[in-house]
Amino acid sequence: MKPAPFAFLRPATLEEALAALAGEPGAKVLAGGQSLVPLLSMRLAAPSMLIDINALPDLGHVTPDATGVRVGALARHAHVLASAEAAEVQPLLALALSHVAHPTIRNRGTTVGSLVHADAAAEMPMVLRLLEGSVDVESVRGRRTVPAGELFAGPLESTLAHDEIAVEAFFPALPAGAGVAFQEIARRHGDYALVGVAALVETDGGEVTRARLGYVSVSDVPVVVDVTDALDDPAAAALAELEPADDIHATAAYRAHLVKVLTPRVLADAVHHARQRSAQKDEKDMA
Amino acid sequence: MTTKLFGTKVPRVEDQRFLRGQGRYVDDLLTDDPRLLHAAVLRSPHAHARITDIDVSGVLDLDGVVAVWTFDDLTGPMAEPLPLLIPHPALTHGRTQYALAKDEVNYVGEAIAFVVAVDRYVAEDAVARIRVDYEQLEPVVGIAAARAAARLVHDDVPGNVGARMEQENGDARAAIADAPHTLTLELDVERSACTPMEGRGTVARWDPDTSRLTVWSSTQTSTGVRGCVAAKLGLDLAKVDVITPDVGGGFGVKINHPWPEELLVPLAAMTLGRPVKFTEDRREHFISSAHERAQVHHVEVGFDDDGRVLGLNVEFWHDHGAYTPYGLIVPIITSTQLLGPYKPQNYRVVFESLYTNTVIVTPYRGAGRPQGCFVMERTMDAIAAYLGKDRTEVRSTNFIQPDEFPYEHGLVFQDGRPLTYDSGDYPASLAKLKELVGWDEFEDFRAEMAAQGRRVGIGLACYVEGTGVGPYEGAHVHVETSGKVKVATGLTTQGQGHQTAFAQIVADTLGVRFEDVEITTGDTRKMPYAVGTFASRAAVMSGSAIHLAALRAREKALRIAAEALEAAEDDLEIVDGVVSVKGTDASIDLGTVAVLSNPLRYAFDEASKAATQFSVGDPGKAPVAEDDEPGLEGKDFYSPERSTFANGMHAVIVETDPDTAEITILKYAVVHDCGHLINPMIVEGQIHGGVAQGVGGALYERMAYDESGQLLNASFMDFLMPYVTEVPTTIDIDHLETPSPLNPLGIKGAGEAGVIPSAAVFAAAIEDAEGFPITAMPISPSELFDLRLAHADNSFAG
Ligand SMILES: Cc1cc2nc3c(=O)[nH]c(=O)nc-3n(C[C@H](O)[C@H](O)[C@H](O)COP(=O)(O)OP(=O)(O)OC[C@H]3O[C@@H](n4cnc5c(N)ncnc54)[C@H](O)[C@@H]3O)c2cc1C
Repeated sequence: MKPAPFAFLRPATLEEALAALAGEPGAKVLAGGQSLVPLLSMRLAAPSMLIDINALPDLGHVTPDATGVRVGALARHAHVLASAEAAEVQPLLALALSHVAHPTIRNRGTTVGSLVHADAAAEMPMVLRLLEGSVDVESVRGRRTVPAGELFAGPLESTLAHDEIAVEAFFPALPAGAGVAFQEIARRHGDYALVGVAALVETDGGEVTRARLGYVSVSDVPVVVDVTDALDDPAAAALAELEPADDIHATAAYRAHLVKVLTPRVLADAVHHARQRSAQKDEKDMA
Repeated sequence: MTTKLFGTKVPRVEDQRFLRGQGRYVDDLLTDDPRLLHAAVLRSPHAHARITDIDVSGVLDLDGVVAVWTFDDLTGPMAEPLPLLIPHPALTHGRTQYALAKDEVNYVGEAIAFVVAVDRYVAEDAVARIRVDYEQLEPVVGIAAARAAARLVHDDVPGNVGARMEQENGDARAAIADAPHTLTLELDVERSACTPMEGRGTVARWDPDTSRLTVWSSTQTSTGVRGCVAAKLGLDLAKVDVITPDVGGGFGVKINHPWPEELLVPLAAMTLGRPVKFTEDRREHFISSAHERAQVHHVEVGFDDDGRVLGLNVEFWHDHGAYTPYGLIVPIITSTQLLGPYKPQNYRVVFESLYTNTVIVTPYRGAGRPQGCFVMERTMDAIAAYLGKDRTEVRSTNFIQPDEFPYEHGLVFQDGRPLTYDSGDYPASLAKLKELVGWDEFEDFRAEMAAQGRRVGIGLACYVEGTGVGPYEGAHVHVETSGKVKVATGLTTQGQGHQTAFAQIVADTLGVRFEDVEITTGDTRKMPYAVGTFASRAAVMSGSAIHLAALRAREKALRIAAEALEAAEDDLEIVDGVVSVKGTDASIDLGTVAVLSNPLRYAFDEASKAATQFSVGDPGKAPVAEDDEPGLEGKDFYSPERSTFANGMHAVIVETDPDTAEITILKYAVVHDCGHLINPMIVEGQIHGGVAQGVGGALYERMAYDESGQLLNASFMDFLMPYVTEVPTTIDIDHLETPSPLNPLGIKGAGEAGVIPSAAVFAAAIEDAEGFPITAMPISPSELFDLRLAHADNSFAG
């Protein structure tokens, strides 16, 4: 379990990093290393060069404002999770991040790295999709914004071009009258979920006007299902779009069952959250 | 001694070192030596294949590669199969692998080539360049395939049967036929493994100046490794030293020896004249060390209206993997220890030990007992369910009673001796357990939880564990002139706290300060005769030997001190390293006694000067008397007639989620009887660790082989060892101390106990919660969900 030989570069500027990446087709970006290093050690990946972005300046930020939370490429999961302001602007971040691995891994692993790694069993890619966020990427060719809906190409495959570095993710704020919830079932605490479900619900005067659900570990890419018109049986609507599969930890049937168990619970939690927030806002407005 | 240390919770002295990262494990050794080389192994990617060609030509020209070995490079004993350590007449078709595969591979992970390079990275690069041509053969995976024998693992082993063994006491089949009630059960246990934190590892250095080989290995038997290295490399035993440094856990897997690397590393070190290191990585540990536990059992039991077992007939099939280096120990233990605290009137057991194209099976903590306990306790629960009786009542009816010891089962145990229990008080243990877990109040709790929509269940399981198997262990106690006491015993230590527990014994027996005692284990230079650390034997065997050796040192100290102090031996006492005449000021330090014990008296130190005031010895005689030796030392061996039998009972309350089928532990209770406790804290630590490992075995861990013999979960990502979050936060423990009459300290082994009843106790509790039988372990939520569906269908149909 030792990596095959690779060249190692730790650039001090983004320009240098982008140039190196563009010049070396076999190169890979190294962020927190929590996914990439195990792949290297098991020789499942053998890049010719690692471009370590940990020394790049100005990428460690977690910046909440009224529109949402901006997360730099070097912000660790732990850092995002610890930001009370970020949780205020978009509560789903902390709800989901507390299920991402364990504290030691969250101390190194980056949220942006997790998005680019594009694991359908990971929480944050699904969260980005559910919230309709985006990722900003840069290359020697310039900067572009990739909407979450266009980020995930397949299992462990994002749509980033080889020469692109993701520099920042944007998670939109939770609008007034909206609520979120998240639950997952894993074999052990901190493991990748057998099934995870998140809900984003918008309400008006207590009535649900829009309801969307995001799923972890029951598809090849993060899946979001709009159940606004299927509130009587949201799980059935979701299952029509999901592809639960067998693995050594659970059967497809059990995963489908968990979708049925968790979906109404999470949806109800989100509706409750939305109503609670509306009530708090009304109280504030009255005062 | 002012206070007795035996029996007190002395904090483990080794923890300071371990918790601060100051342990020295095999991989930490010789790291500063620039000449050190590193090894990596090419392992078979196929479960069953013939090797038609190996091409290493692309390897040696790789920068940094020093040497490569394949089978063709081995000569003499190294080119013969590895030893079959424990032969048995019933093992008619024993097979062992070669250090490097010859012509054929029989499991994914089997060693094929051995590369030595300047570092492990280069060595792995080289491994990746070796080209092997395979002719693939159909693999045999799992007990069903092995029994079907449509394909054979070894061409010359018909039916894939390595051994068939039968034992009977009475006439079980006749008793069952005549019994008022009978039941039949099919019970399965899957594969798991020890998975110690530290994998295997070996370092060897050949010293051309002294023509000596030093081998450091992460083993549970340094004397065993020494013997096989000498034999395989053709060296005189006196030329080989084997040292076991700190070991990061063993749990059984490191008692098997020699591993191919344990021979290849010394061979490479001698051949190349440079030290060589092999450190197994985690993937290798999964696919090339050992597993255990996979067995399928068929049980027939006959019993009366009280639930008294009149006849028990057990047939089982044991999956021993591709080879049998460790003989039949695991299934023999299942077949004998299955009986637990009970006395079936008639018992027959027959097993077949089967070859499969999977990793070899050797003992894993519990060693066949968890399966046996699962079989017996599931049977007890089935009888209780059938008769509508309380599960504890059926057990009580079948217990061996306290006045029936020593109890003869009429069977032969793993050590080849009659299976005879020495002592125990099972009714008292059960009473304690019921109290501890709240057995009689459980129905109220169940109702209370049901009212909240929650589902709970309770289970219990009892076991008896033969511990402290022979043949012997020895100890050497040496009092230095400083008064410090150096103790050597030959078995190894892998985290059990031997430094602490053994020093407690020495402090009490010899009358010295605990802090002055230093224990050395597993170093063949200090104690060349030893067996090893397995079968919960270290405290019983080495503990007793150390006690006996310390008594000898004490005897000698008293003899010399009596002469020096001009007093009678009977009037002397030794407290905190000082010998004094009781009730007077006259005294002499043990260190000074040590000076007096050696007629060569150059005054190096204060003790020597202090000694000048005393005079011992008869100037008319030889300085060292005929039957005496210089030095204040004691050496002795302990070799018991037979094993001593510890016992215990566990109970667990679980909650099963009616929706998600998740299983949560609400309460875990243990009553444990290992005779006199040397250090209750260490014993409880052993129980905690065992329970944690048992939770893993019952609810999380399994070896997921696919049909082609690939292990799908060969990493800690997919092999679900429980985290601290999955293990009960508290384990309620109560002790009973029924001393063993077989050793001077009245102790029994405690190392494996915690893990033995796990599968049984969790199955019982889940069954109790769910209301349908649990017959296969481990069990995951997904499987519990499947069972619910199956039983819902059944009840619908019925
Ligand atoms: C034991 C364990 C348990 C885990 N459990 C979970 C879990 O439950 N849920 C979960 O979501 N994750 C889990 N993870 C993964 C963890 O969250 C990872 O840290 C994360 O997925 C990747 O982040 P990273 O910074 O470590 O990325 P790296 O490992 O450094 O990189 C991952 C991949 O993304 C690429 N990459 C990274 N950053 C960039 C960038 N800025 N631009 C372009 N490419 C980039 C790399 O080239 C690489 O291909 C677990 C990891 C471990 C070791």
